[in-house]
Amino acid sequence: MSSAGSLPRQGGVGLKPQHFSAILETCPPMGFFEVHAENYMGAGGPPHRYLRAIRERYPLSIHGVGLSLGGAGPLDEAHLDRLTRLVERYEPQAVSEHLAWSSHAGVFLDDLLPLPYTRATLDLVCAHIDRVQSALRRPILLENPATYLGFAEGDFDEPEFISEVTGRTGCGLLLDVSNVHVCCTNHDRDRHDYLERLPLDRVGEIHLAGFATREDARGRPLLIDSHDRAVDGVVWALYADVLRMVGPRPTLIERDADIPAWDTLAAEAYRAQAAMDDYAQEKTHALAG
Amino acid sequence: MLSPAETQAAFAAALLDPELPVPPYLHSLGEPAGADRFAVYRNNVMVALIGAMGDAYPVVRRLVGDEFFRAMAAIFTRANPPRSPAMLEYGDGFAEFVAQFPPAASVPYLADVARLERAWVEAYHAPEAEPICEARAMPVRLHPATRLVRSSYPVLAIWEANRAEDEPQALELSDQGDNVLVTRPAAEVQASRIPDDAAEFIESVVAGQLPNSGDHLDCLRSLGAFAAREALA
Repeated sequence: MSSAGSLPRQGGVGLKPQHFSAILETCPPMGFFEVHAENYMGAGGPPHRYLRAIRERYPLSIHGVGLSLGGAGPLDEAHLDRLTRLVERYEPQAVSEHLAWSSHAGVFLDDLLPLPYTRATLDLVCAHIDRVQSALRRPILLENPATYLGFAEGDFDEPEFISEVTGRTGCGLLLDVSNVHVCCTNHDRDRHDYLERLPLDRVGEIHLAGFATREDARGRPLLIDSHDRAVDGVVWALYADVLRMVGPRPTLIERDADIPAWDTLAAEAYRAQAAMDDYAQEKTHALAG
Repeated sequence: MLSPAETQAAFAAALLDPELPVPPYLHSLGEPAGADRFAVYRNNVMVALIGAMGDAYPVVRRLVGDEFFRAMAAIFTRANPPRSPAMLEYGDGFAEFVAQFPPAASVPYLADVARLERAWVEAYHAPEAEPICEARAMPVRLHPATRLVRSSYPVLAIWEANRAEDEPQALELSDQGDNVLVTRPAAEVQASRIPDDAAEFIESVVAGQLPNSGDHLDCLRSLGAFAAREALA
C-alpha cells in the first residue's frame, strides 16, 4: 500500500462491485478510485477483500455520504468512529463529505438535504468539520451541493458560505462541477460568477457526473443530480473552463445507478485525463508563443 | 429567523409525510417553493430507502414482482426508517413484517425467504475468522458468519432458483421443509441444507448450551460452521 499523500492529478472512477473483477484481472491504468465510506462499514467479507486488493494497486479516496455535517443536532459519534476506523484501515489519499444534512432526531433520511446559509448554520457546520478533522487527524474535502430549492432567509450565498467554511476550518473543496451546473440552472445563477467566488485555491478534487433534465410546475428547467448516466457535454465544457481556472486536479467520474460496463466508465475518466493533457499543452503553447 | 433545529424538524416531517405542506421558509427563484421542487427530495428519500431494501432482499422482490415489492417496502420503511447512516445494516425485521403483512399471505414461504436473505447479508458482512474444518477439540464458537434458517417450506430450493435474473423455470418442490446453514468459510457466502439434528445442534450452541457431540459434527465442520475461539485480549 502506498503511503497516504494526495491524490494524483489524474482521472479516477467511483468503484462499483460490478467492476471489482475486471479491475483486478486487467489492472487498467487509472489515477485513483473512490468509494462511498458507508458501503465499507461492514466488519469483513468480500467488499473489504476486494477493496484491500485494489488499494494495494491504486490511490484511494473515501467519500462519506452519511455524516450529516449540517445536521442541527450533535454529530453522530458512532458514525464518526466507523469512518475513523475505515480511514485507519485503508489510509486513503483523500477523505471527503458533503455540505448537507441527512439525519434528524435519530432517523437517517438517506438524502443530501439543503441548508440555509445563515450564521447559525455556519457555526454548526464549522464545529462539526472541526470535530471530524480532529478525529481523523487530517483535513477533509467539502463538496458543494446540488439543490432543488433554497431558503427565504440567509446571511450568505452559497459560494460565500463555502469560502467562510474553508477559511474557518482549513478544509479543502471537492468541486463538483456537475453540481455547479445543476445548482446554477435550478436557481438561475451565472455559473462562472458562482465558480469565481468559490475558494478555488482549495480545490483538492473534482467530481463529474450525469444529471437528469426535468421541468418544474412553472415550466422552468429543474436538473436532478442523478448519477445515472454519462457526463453531459455541457458539464465537460464547464470542466474545461474550470481547468483553465484551477489547473489539473484529481478528477472523478461518479456513477451510482445504471452502472455501465467497466470500459465505458473508464473511457470517461480517460476523457477527463485527456482534457487535463489538453490544458497542459495549451499552457505550454501559450508560454512558447 | 428559525433555528437550524426548527428548520430541519419541519423539513424532515414534511419529507416523510406527503400530506404535510411544504415548509413556508423554503423558496425557489424568489417565490415560496412549490410542492414540485420539494417532491424531488421526497422522491429521493423513498427511492433510496426502497432501493436499499431491494438490494437486501432481491429474491423477495423477484418473487412478488417489482410493483408489489415497492409498495410493501414503502410501508415497511415509513414504519421503520433507518436509525443509522450505515445502511448495510438496514432492513432488519423485514421478515417479521412480511409474515404479518396481509397482502403477502398468499405467498406463505415469503417471510422465510426474507429470513434467508437477511442471513445471507449478515454472513456477507460478518467479521473474518478462520474456520475449523477438521475434527480437533470440541468446537466452542460458531463462525461469526454462521446463521441458521429453519423453514417448513423448501426455502433453499426456492431461493436458489430465483437468485439469477434469467427466465424463471418450473420448480419440482419437495413437501419437506429446509434447515439452511448460511456461513462464509472462505471468500464467499455458502448456503447449505443440513439435517434436523445438525440444526438442533446449532440452536443449542446459539442458546449457550454445550451439546453432546454427534455424527452431524463432521458435516457442520466441513461446511465451515465453526471457528477457533478468539484469543483473549
